Amino acid sequence: MSGSAIALTIIFGIILLGSVIGFYAVSRYKMDLEQWTVAGRGFGLMLVWLLQAGEIYTTFAFLGAAGWAYSRGGPTLYILAYLVLAYVFSFFILPQLWEVGRKHGMQTEPDFFVGRYGSKYLAGFVAIVGFIFIIPYVQLQLTGLGIIVTVASFEGVNRTTAMIISVALVAAFVFARGVRAVAWVSVLKDFLMLSAAVAIGIGIPYKHFGSIGNMFTALAQAKPTHLIMPGATKTMGHAWYVSTVLLTSFGFYMWPHAFGSVFTAKSGNTLRRNAVIMPLYSITLLLIFFVGFSALLVVPGLANGDLSLLTVVRKSFPAWFLGLVGGAGAITAMVPAALLLLTAATLFAKNFYRPVFAPSMTDDQVAKLAKVMVVVISVLALYFATHSSPTLVQLLLIGYAGVTQFAPGVVFGLYWKRVTKTGVFAGMIIGVATVAFLVLSKRDPFYGLNAGFFALCLNALITVLVSLVTQAQPGFEGHSQEAIGS
Amino acid sequence: MKKPSWGAILIALIPFTAVCFSVPLWDRVYPMVLGLPFNLFWLISWVWLTPLLMWGAYRLEVRRDAGTSGDKKGGDQ
Repeated sequence: MSGSAIALTIIFGIILLGSVIGFYAVSRYKMDLEQWTVAGRGFGLMLVWLLQAGEIYTTFAFLGAAGWAYSRGGPTLYILAYLVLAYVFSFFILPQLWEVGRKHGMQTEPDFFVGRYGSKYLAGFVAIVGFIFIIPYVQLQLTGLGIIVTVASFEGVNRTTAMIISVALVAAFVFARGVRAVAWVSVLKDFLMLSAAVAIGIGIPYKHFGSIGNMFTALAQAKPTHLIMPGATKTMGHAWYVSTVLLTSFGFYMWPHAFGSVFTAKSGNTLRRNAVIMPLYSITLLLIFFVGFSALLVVPGLANGDLSLLTVVRKSFPAWFLGLVGGAGAITAMVPAALLLLTAATLFAKNFYRPVFAPSMTDDQVAKLAKVMVVVISVLALYFATHSSPTLVQLLLIGYAGVTQFAPGVVFGLYWKRVTKTGVFAGMIIGVATVAFLVLSKRDPFYGLNAGFFALCLNALITVLVSLVTQAQPGFEGHSQEAIGS
Repeated sequence: MKKPSWGAILIALIPFTAVCFSVPLWDRVYPMVLGLPFNLFWLISWVWLTPLLMWGAYRLEVRRDAGTSGDKKGGDQ
């Protein structure tokens, strides 16, 4: 058997195992709309932790972080900082969110906006913006899967073919089983991801340099500015770092899938304890950084940094090991891809289409429409993944710039009585429009700042000003229960 | 719904200052510590220190919740 055949066999074996777990681990639950999306609100600490780890430690962390360590250097450190601070920030909003969520039967992020502001149009806008900015995130996962299969097959399998196969598999298990399937597959994923990270993060520097310290010494001598900001870039200095860290740590739980996962927790206190311990998990990223930095010296000159992790693994280890790492990476892409698909589909059907266009739809019809949307989003993301090629980290940052525009509406909604729906609506429209303009016209970074952060500041300012000049409105208690579409 | 206590918020500002706002002070390669460039070592230290600090914030919040559980007001402001 050739190296590529061995590696590919192992990768597909792991994917198959994941799919089998996804399909069969959950057959005893009856699947109605609430089971399908929030699994009946019964998850304990362990499963919530796995679920969050599953959706958070994505292809972005595995291939993208190594890719940026390779191609950008110092600015990559923002990832470590924002993962820590995102949980610190979450400590102050998630328990409160969970509490209002339970009280008012919320399942999704737009449910919160209906509950707090009483406007189905504002909630519909949140749903459609969330839907749009999830697509680059799904695209990121598919691009990662394509990279894995291409490198593992020694460029023998075409990237598009690989992406089509994997998206079909992901859609199939989301289609059939919903969120519980995803939680159980993420058990397998976490185990593989951690083992792979430890083996390559320590193995590669030792094999080529004798120790991690020697690797950094060699890199600091060969490229003295690579390890500090702005690294290999011209625009990603300290102002970019601070603005990006703030944007992404505020935005972390504004992703509709992360926001929705809050409502699956057993109690608000579970979430608070989570916020305390979760930063420790980001230590695994350090290992991925080691791989990216080693790769810069071992396999220099790659056109796309996102290939660096697998390329250096391929150069340093036998083919079966490349297969294991590729398999871990593939599951790491498929678990979040499944959750993202599920969230985006539910957002579209339940929070955009039904309230705005067809209020008389039954839950069954909504569940059917959501399943159709799973297919639609898969095809859209596949289209973008085959037709454009930003780096994995860039894709995620575009998504963050968009979804973080929900933050003023959420934070003010929880803690500021005087905020109004007009204020939030105005701020959010300006924020999203600013992001779209700056990103599409390639003005990001904007005067040294992350463009999404600039938009977020404008958004918050306008939310406050417009709220103060519009008439005060009631909080959660002021809106009737049936306004929330559950 | 209760607002977080000021004590917990003050504790939370420590990691924000340490890993975000103070970046010009620690973004350097030397001195290397435990084989790591200084900036990476600094951030990793805070990966460990932040849960310790937030555990303190957690104790504050839990103690306050226990003290005021009689007047739970629910979802209003």
